[in-house]
This record gives sequence, C-alpha cells and structure tokens, in this order.
Amino acid sequence: MTKRIDEPTGTETVGHEWDGIEELDTPMPRWWLWTFYASIAFAIGYVILYPALPGITGATKGTLGWSSRGQLAEEMQAEANRRAPMLEALSRIPIERLPEDSRLMRAAVEGGRSAFKVSCVQCHGSGASGRKGYPNLNDDDWLWGGDLKAIEYTLTNGVRQPGHEGTRMSQMPAFGRDGILDARAIADVVSYVRTVSGQDKASASARRGAAVFAANCAVCHGADAKGKREFGAPNLTDPIWLYGGDRATLTATVTNARYGVMPAWGNRLDPVTIKMLAAYVHSLGGGEDFIAVAADPEVKVDERP
Amino acid sequence: MESLIVRTAAWLGVVLLAMVGIALAADRGFAVHMGIVAAAALVVLWLTVSRTDYAALARGIIRSPADPERYDDDPIRWGVIATVFWGVIGFLVGVIIAFQLVFPALNLSNEFTTFGRMRPLHTSAVIFAFGGNALIATSFYVVQRTCRARLAFPGLARFVFWGYQLFIVLAASGYLLGVTESREYAEPEWYVDLWLTVVWVAYLVVFVGTLARRREPHIYVANWFYLSFIITIAMLHIVNNLAIPVSLTGSHSYSAFAGVQDALTQWWYGHNAVAFFLTVPFLAMMYYFVPKQAERPIYSYRLSILHFWSLIFLYIWAGPHHLHYTALPDWAQTLGMVFSVMLWMPSWGGMINGLMTLNGAWDKIRTDPIIRMMVAALAFYGMATFEGPMLSIKAVNSLSHYTEWTIGHVHAGALGWNGMITFAAIYYLTPRLWHRQRLYSLRMVNWHFWLATIGIVLYASAMWVAGITQGLMWREYGADNYLVYSFVEVVAAMKPYYLIRGVGGLFYLTGGIVMVVNVWMTIAGRLREESPMGQPAFDPAADRPLPAAAPQSAE
Repeated sequence: MTKRIDEPTGTETVGHEWDGIEELDTPMPRWWLWTFYASIAFAIGYVILYPALPGITGATKGTLGWSSRGQLAEEMQAEANRRAPMLEALSRIPIERLPEDSRLMRAAVEGGRSAFKVSCVQCHGSGASGRKGYPNLNDDDWLWGGDLKAIEYTLTNGVRQPGHEGTRMSQMPAFGRDGILDARAIADVVSYVRTVSGQDKASASARRGAAVFAANCAVCHGADAKGKREFGAPNLTDPIWLYGGDRATLTATVTNARYGVMPAWGNRLDPVTIKMLAAYVHSLGGGEDFIAVAADPEVKVDERP
Repeated sequence: MESLIVRTAAWLGVVLLAMVGIALAADRGFAVHMGIVAAAALVVLWLTVSRTDYAALARGIIRSPADPERYDDDPIRWGVIATVFWGVIGFLVGVIIAFQLVFPALNLSNEFTTFGRMRPLHTSAVIFAFGGNALIATSFYVVQRTCRARLAFPGLARFVFWGYQLFIVLAASGYLLGVTESREYAEPEWYVDLWLTVVWVAYLVVFVGTLARRREPHIYVANWFYLSFIITIAMLHIVNNLAIPVSLTGSHSYSAFAGVQDALTQWWYGHNAVAFFLTVPFLAMMYYFVPKQAERPIYSYRLSILHFWSLIFLYIWAGPHHLHYTALPDWAQTLGMVFSVMLWMPSWGGMINGLMTLNGAWDKIRTDPIIRMMVAALAFYGMATFEGPMLSIKAVNSLSHYTEWTIGHVHAGALGWNGMITFAAIYYLTPRLWHRQRLYSLRMVNWHFWLATIGIVLYASAMWVAGITQGLMWREYGADNYLVYSFVEVVAAMKPYYLIRGVGGLFYLTGGIVMVVNVWMTIAGRLREESPMGQPAFDPAADRPLPAAAPQSAE
C-alpha cells in the first residue's frame, strides 16, 4: 500500500497497483450522484402513481388509477361516440341515395380510404392502380359494373368465391388446354383480338380468327367484342388489359383461361365499412352514375345490379 | 502410451456417436450438425493419433512465439485471430442484409440466403463470435496480468476456445439451415445450447481458478466485471433456453414457457444479453486497456465501486421495457421502465471513469489513434446509455417501439462502443502477444478509426430519421380520425434511409478489412515505413516567408 499524489491531477491514489494500473481516490462527481438520486426519486414517485408492485393476488393499482387497458378503452369509446351518428346515418341510407348527402358521402369516402389501406392495398396497390391480374380501380373500365350499388355488391359477394351464393361468377373455357381449339385457331383468334383492339393491322390470320371468335367467344364478349357485364367478360377493344394484351399473354389467356378471385368481404367486414369502401372506390375517378335512381328508398332495385 | 490409447478411444467414441446421430437424425439440420461434430472429432482424433505437438502447431499456423514467460498467452492469440475473422464475417453479412432490405433481389430466391435466416447469422456473428471471442481472449489476458498468475487449467482454457468455435459453427450453420428456436439472440437449438453450457462452465472454472491463484491482495475492478458477466450469462442462458426437445435426434424443441411468460423470459434474457454481454464485460476491457494505453491511473476508485454494484443490481430488472403496451401486466411494464431510468447514471459512471482517466493525457487523443478509438467508444457508450433509458420511457417508447430507431440505437452502441473498444484492444494486444516492436501501421489504425466513425454516423443518423419518420407515419391521423398511411407506404418511405444505412455499413466493413491487413502484417512481423503520427515533421525549406508586399489589386 503505497499511496502517492498523482502529479497531473493532484489527487491521491488509493494505493493498490495491478500490472502498473493505479486508481485515484477522486470523490464521486456531485452532479453524477445527485442525478442518480433524482432518478431514484423519480422512480419512487412513478411507482406510487402507477401500477407497480406485485403481491400474491394482484399488484398495486397506483394512486392515479391508470391502466393501459383502461386508457385504450377510454380512447376507443370517445372515438366510437364521436363516430356513432355518422355510422348510424350510413347504415340507414341505401347506397343509391348516398350521393344526395354530400357530407355523409365525404365521410364515407374517408372511411373507405382508411379501410382500403387495411384490406385492399395488398392486391390493388396503395394507389388502387392494380397490377397484373388485379384491376385498376381508377379507370372507368368495369368488369362487373361501376356504379355504387354494383361496387357494393361485388365487394359484399366477392368474385368467384366457391360455395358463396350470389358471388360474381363466370368461367372462360381453357380453349387450348381442354382441346377446344387447336394451336392454329388460338393463334388466329389472338390475331383477331389484337386487330379489334387496334394493336395490329388486319391480316389473313385475323380474318380467320374472326370466324373462330364468332363461334367461340362472341357469346360472352359480344359480337362487337366490347364485353358483357353480366358475364364479367371484359371489353377487348380498349387498351386496358387485366393480364396483358401482348401476343404471348393473350395466347396464354386463351389457352389456359384465367380465374381471378376476390374475397366476399361481406363475410369479413360490416355492411357500413363495405358501403364506405364502395363510396371510396367509386370516388376514385371511374365511378358510374345510376342509370335510374330509385325514387323511393323502399323500392327494391335489381337484386344483382 | 496408455493415456494415448484412452484418449484415442474416447475421440473415436465421439466420432462414432456423431455417426449414429447422423443415421438416426429426424431432420436434415440435425444430420448436418452431427456431421460437423463428427468432422471436428475426426480432426482431434487425427491430431491425437499423430501425436501432434499443439504448441508447435500454433507456432506454425499463427506464428505464435514460444511462451517461456509467466503468462499463458496461446489461447489469447487464437482468440485475437478469431475475433478479427468473425468480426469481418459478421460485418459482411450485416452489409448484405442491409442491402437486401433496399434491393430484395439480393435474397437470391432461395431459402438459405433470405433475410430471415441471414439476420440471426449477422447478430450472432457480431455479438457472440466477434464480441464473445474478444471477451474470452481479453478476459484471459487481463485476469493473468492483474492477478500475476498463469491461467489455471491450461487444457481447459484451450477447450473453452475451441469448444466456443464449435458452438459458433453449429449456431451459424443452423441459422442457414433453418434450425432455430426463434428466440432473439438465443436462436440455437437445444443441443447447441447444452454444448454452450458445458463450454461456459469450463470458462467459469478457468477464470475463477485463475482468480484464486492470484498473487495480488485485491481483485482488480476489470475482473469484477468479467466475473459478473460469466456468472450472469450462464444464468440467463440456462433459464431462457429451458425447452423440451421434440426428439433426441432432431433439431426442434418447445420452450418451457408459454405466452407472455415466454415473451418476458425472452426479453429478460434479450435485454440482459445487452447488459451482461455487451456492456459489463466491455467495461472490463475498458478498465484495463484505457489506463494501460493512456498510462494514467483510473479516475475514481469510489465511482468504480458504486457504478459497478448499481449497474449489476439495476440492469437485471430492465427487460420488461421491451414489452411496453403488450399483454405484459402494467406493473411489470412500470418496473421495467423505472429500473431503466435509474440505470442512466450507473451506466454513465463507466463512461466518466473511462474518459476522466485521460486527465493529464488528453493530448493523446490527437497523437494516438488507439486512444482516439477508446474515447470514441466511450462517447458512443455514453450516447447509447442515455438513449436507452430515454427509449424505455413509455411515452417515448410508444413512438419508437417497432421502428428503425431501435435498430439505430443498438448499432450506435454495438458499432460505436463494442466495436471501437474491441478494435482498440486488438491493436493494443497484437504487437504485445506476438512480441513485435509495434503495430505494422499506426496510420492504418487512424484510417480504420475514420472509416468506422463515418460508417457509424451514416448508420445511426439514417436510422434515427427513419425510425422517427416511421413512428410518426404509423400514428398520423387525418381530419376524420382515420390513419393516413397504409403499412406499405411507410415501408416505401424507408428506402432512402435503408440505402444510407447500407453505405454506412460498407464504410464500417472497409475499416474492418483495413484492420485485418494491419493485424496480419503485424503477426507476419512486418513494419510499415511511415512518418509517426501527431508529430508533423518540421521542414525549414518549406517554411518560406510571405512574398514581399504583393500588390492586392492584381486580383
């Protein structure tokens, strides 16, 4: 034990030495000690105010009576109360009368925007612009109808949901895979489709394809190839393609057919949320007006719009 | 001769047992692991039969100088090399996964190289392989010198080193094969856990044995920290990994705990892995290497006592702050938070003691790049241990939790504190262990310092901005009280920050490679011709007087 005064600092050493390392006997910095005490005081205060000390059957509740579940319930309740009149009004109004109430319509669109981010962006994209196999909801090209009622119906019942009555259902035959058309006929009908959609000039193949189309395709897509909504059959004359309008994709579509699906959201979401979603999707730009608005809300509109 | 036969038979037995394990394996992961064990045992078997001289082997492979002196430094030399090796591997995998988040194609479309499997590889490589080897090596170095005693049980010390490497290989290969317990920082399966337990108990025996042989009346503060690390990690490891194997020849198990108890056990372990693996023993390194390198006494003995005991007592309770606003009961969350807040000053005690040890030698920050690394390490330590208590406060946590802020916080600590102090220790140890006059290049240490620092700054600032952006976007409500952003929009907003983070990691990795060259050349006995640091040569010829009264209007 040889204590000495360390020259640069003027502090005494403790007197131990290990492998040349000594220790100074500097007192603890005051600010350090007092901050440490303050943090302990804070801890004690917090423990008194909030649930903290466990016992045999439960823990102390804290003098503020706060609990995380309680806080959540309170906040949710406040929001539910605030929203209740709007939800109530929305549940009452038939969707075809929604556009008449601009305040309610705006509230529905905002609610739909939020619900869309939770349930729909996974397939349709955060901008609702879709991607291969998932329709773009911003345009006015609708497979099953684009007015509020039709959108609400599609949302509720889904597309090609097995076992769900009323679902949007149609099935294009797999013309190639099932041997209905041979490869040459498929090539011809693809040529024809590319001609009517304005991508290719008329050709011999397309002329032959016209006959194939009339015999096999026109029944759903229409003689003018403009599609039929009752079958969800797309318009083949516009530049909008769900899977692609190039030759390879069209050949694949005709050969194997497609079978796009969407959940029947009626099984998962409440009717008001679906109404909101319909209002939001309708508002994106391509929403269609009703051909005829029912004058009396009691009058039932077509079961399958 | 007799003992040779016994040892040969024993190792042959291990090989055969592992072979049986392969034959009976219930899954691919277990079979591969038994193959690794069999290969390791075969190597030892061959070394035994050929009666290879272990010391001569070390002299040949790692140019180990003969060890006639007081201390048993052979396991430490291997440890230094292992630290550098695993460090660079860990940094490299980190850089890869950072860029995977920016460019998902780098997942390479196969199960082995996906982010999910590469991430535990990265975390375990840097924490347990890089950090763990550094801790085992430095603890063996420090305990011998501060106790003036040779390592107790030299054979066991070598077993600790090689056994730990086997643990690392089994853990790392397991992650890529999909063998995991899914417990963060404790992913290895039950049989690897059992093996680590054996190695760890051997480590404890060697360390305590050496302490018991000391020729000093007192135990130096660094050894308090090392001992608390070894004991507490043993406890944490065993409790957190209590599990029931599905099959004794398979790589699956079920945790002994369920639900929120399981989550709390996991985070009691996970937080204390940070405490007792990444803080406490690295403070031990600090307590030896900073005063040695600075050639100054420790600032305050009293502070070291108080901050040691307060740190040890408070840290172990802080884990529940990882489970704020979850199913964990409120009272446990409260305790996790207040214990974390109280930890602030005990943590800073280590920083103060480290930094203030430079009292009377502050000029060395300018002249000695190793000191500069140590100071930067302590500064990052101080920053991370302020940020930690702050993030544990529930109001802050509700914004920061689950965001990149946490990742930034961890890396400010890991890259800044653990990385920098380890690099400094390696640069201190290498010339001494290999009896070289000095490092190959001190200027390369300086390069390493700046590369690493730039890397950390890019990393941490990118993650702070990313984390706060993310937290704010998640909770942003519009005029109608609906959330404004969908999850994927928040993910998309992260892309530029992920890119900056990856670049920061690249800087850090480059610094690591500079270290590899420097350590390699030092071991090879080379000295780089370079002007010394901090003393710019005075050249009278260059010190020309100002030109006489040049006309100013000439411009």
